[in-house]
Amino acid sequence: MEKRTLVEALNEALRLEMAADERVILLGEDIGKEGGVFRVTEGLQERFGAARVMDTPIAESGLVGMAIGMAIAGLRPVVEIQFMGFLYPALDQIINHLGRMRNRSRGRFTCPVVIRVPYGGGIRPPEHHSESTEAMLVHTPGIQVVVPATPYDAKGLLISAIRSPDPVIFLEPKRIYRAVRQEIPDEPYTVPLGKARLVQEGNDVTVIAWGSMLHEVLQAAEQLAAEGITLDILDLRTLSPMDVPAIVASVEKTGRAVVVHEAPRTCGLGAEIVAQINEKALLALEAPVERVTGFDTVFPLPQLEKYYLPNAERIAQAVRRVLAF
Amino acid sequence: MASERFSPRRKSKTRRHTPEFFGRFDPLKEEMVCILAPDGTCNEALRPPLSDAQVQQMYRQMWLLRLYDRKAIALQRQGRFGTYAPMEGQEASLVASAHALAPQDWMVTSYRETGAMWLHGVPLKQLSLYWMGNEWGSHMPEGVRVLPISIPVGSHPLHAVGLAYASKYRGENSIAITYFGDGATSEGDVHEAMNLAGVFQVPCVFFCQNNQYAISVPRHLQTASRTIAQKALAYGFPGVLVDGNDIFAVYAVTREAVERARRGEGPSLIEAYTYRLGAHTTADDPTKYRDEAEVEAWRQRDPLVRVQRYLQQRGLWSEAWEQELLAACAAEVEQAMAEAEAVPPPPPQDMFRYLFAELTPPLREQEAALLASLQQRG
Repeated sequence: MEKRTLVEALNEALRLEMAADERVILLGEDIGKEGGVFRVTEGLQERFGAARVMDTPIAESGLVGMAIGMAIAGLRPVVEIQFMGFLYPALDQIINHLGRMRNRSRGRFTCPVVIRVPYGGGIRPPEHHSESTEAMLVHTPGIQVVVPATPYDAKGLLISAIRSPDPVIFLEPKRIYRAVRQEIPDEPYTVPLGKARLVQEGNDVTVIAWGSMLHEVLQAAEQLAAEGITLDILDLRTLSPMDVPAIVASVEKTGRAVVVHEAPRTCGLGAEIVAQINEKALLALEAPVERVTGFDTVFPLPQLEKYYLPNAERIAQAVRRVLAF
Repeated sequence: MASERFSPRRKSKTRRHTPEFFGRFDPLKEEMVCILAPDGTCNEALRPPLSDAQVQQMYRQMWLLRLYDRKAIALQRQGRFGTYAPMEGQEASLVASAHALAPQDWMVTSYRETGAMWLHGVPLKQLSLYWMGNEWGSHMPEGVRVLPISIPVGSHPLHAVGLAYASKYRGENSIAITYFGDGATSEGDVHEAMNLAGVFQVPCVFFCQNNQYAISVPRHLQTASRTIAQKALAYGFPGVLVDGNDIFAVYAVTREAVERARRGEGPSLIEAYTYRLGAHTTADDPTKYRDEAEVEAWRQRDPLVRVQRYLQQRGLWSEAWEQELLAACAAEVEQAMAEAEAVPPPPPQDMFRYLFAELTPPLREQEAALLASLQQRG
C-alpha cells in the first residue's frame, strides 16, 4: 500500500491491464513519448511498445472509429481524448456506432472500448478545456459513463471499464488529478460499474455528487457539521447506468436532497436525478430537491471561473435552504 | 516508428512484386483501367486469370443481384419492404470486387452494397430481413466477416481501419475492405480513415464506388479533385481509377490491392467509375436532378450487357442457357424473400436486450413498464 494520486492510480490500472492482457491497446494524441498531456500514460510506450501505445494523428473521430473496428476484431482499445471539449468530433462515432453495434448486430459484434476523457473545470485553462457535458453522454443509449472521485476508485473503476464487454466513457476529474492522495493496493482490483458509494453517513440531508464536486461537498460537510448538520453523501461513480436504488434509499432516510454538478443546469444530470426521486421517493420528501450546478453559460475563462463552479459555500447554502423549508 | 514485433508480414518482401495497375495508371491524369470494353471485346494482355466457368458464375451473380434489386423495389411499393437503396448499374463493381477477397477478410460497407455483402457470405434471406426492418438481418452468421450496413455516410471506413490494424497487430492473414460512395469522400471521417491507414500502414482497401451522384448532388460538387483515386497520393499510398462497369478491370485491380495489403504493403484506394441507374433509394425521384439522355448513355455501358457480349463472342452463351439462369435466379430471390417474410417480428423485449451484455437495472425497469402497458391494453 502506497499513497497515490489519481493520475498514478490510473497509470497503474493501465499498466496492470496491459501486462495481463495483450488485447489492451492505447490510442491517443501525445500518449506515447510524452506520456499524455497529464502524464496518465507515462512510461507505458517504453514498456509496451509503439504498437500498443499508439501516438496518433489529431483525429478524435478517427480514434474512436478505429477503436470500434479494433474492438470488433477482439482487441480492447483504450482511447485517450485530451480534453472533453475535444470529444465532440467523436460524438458521431460514439452515438451512431459505438453505442449501437451490439444492438445493431443483435450481439454478434461488440465494442469493448474505453474512452478516457479528462473533464471539468478548476484548472484555469484556455477555452474548451473545462467542459463537463456528461449529461449528453448519459442520454446516449448503449454506453456506460463512469466518473471516479478518488484514487482508489480511479484504479478499480478503470480496470472494470477495461474488462467490461461494452463501451465505457471514463471521465477523469482533472482538477483533482494530483490534489488527492490515497493509499491503494498495489495489485489489480475492481470497483463494480453501476454502483454508487455512500461516502459518509448522516441524517439531515442527502447530497449527491461525482468527480471533483465530491470534494467540494466534503468541505461543505465539514462546515455544516460544526452547525450540527450531518450529510448522507453519495458519490455516484457511474452515471450510466445510474444507481437509482442507492439514491432512493438515502432520500428515504433523510427526506431532503441536494444534487451537485458543475455541468450546465438545464437538462443536466441533476434534472434526471430529481425526476427519479420524484418518481420513487416523493412521499419521503420534506422539501423540494435543490440543485447546485454550473450555469447555462459558456464555461468562462479563468478570471470568472470561480463564479461558475459550485463550491463548498454554495453547497452549504443549499443544504441550509432545504433544511429550513 | 513502430516496434519490431509490428511487421509480421515482412518476410514476404523477399519477393518483388511488379505492380500491374497501382502506380502504372496515373490517377492524376485520369488514366482508367479498362479491360472489357462495352462491345464485349477484351484486352487480353491485362485480362485476369478467371476461368470461363468463373466468368459465367459472375454473370449469373450480377443477374441475381439485378433481379433482387427489382424485386426489392416491387416489394417496397407494396409495403412489404422498407426504404431500399438499389444497386442497378453497379453490379460489376460489387461482384468483381467481392470475388477478389478471401473468406477471412473483413468487409465494411454502407447501404448500397447488398451485393458485395451477399457474395461475402451474408445470405439473401438475412439481407432481406434487414431491409424489411428487422435487426436480426444484421446478426451475421458465425464466421462471416461482414459488418452490418452503416448508414451515416462515410463514418464506417474508420471501422475497417481498426479491423485492419487488429489483423496487423496479431499477424493475421486477413485484410479489410471498405465500400463507400463518391459523396462519402467529402466527409471528414473518410479523410481521417485514409490518413490513419496511411500512417499505420494497415492492410485496408478503400473501395469507392463513384456512381456520379450523392442523392442529387453530382460528383463535381463533391470535390475539385480531378479524380477521387488521386486523393490516395496525399495519404502516402497508391490509388487507381478503374472502369467500374468492367468485371475484369474491377477484379484485377481489387485483387492487386488485396494482395498488396496481405503482403504488408499497406492500404490503397480504388475508384470504381460507375453509375447508379436507379434512384438513390425508393424514396427518391432521380428525374428531378438528371437527364434521361444521360441515364440512357450509361445504359449503353450496362455491366451485364458487356459480359453477355463477351460470353457470346466466346461461344459461352446461349438463349436457352440465359433463360434457365434467369429462372433459377428469380426462384432464388423469391425463396429468400419468402423466407424473410416468414420470419415473425421479434418480441418487444428485443429492443432492450442487446444494448449491453447484461440488462441494466434502468433498462429492466423500462422494459417492465412497456410490457405492463401492453398487458393493460390487452
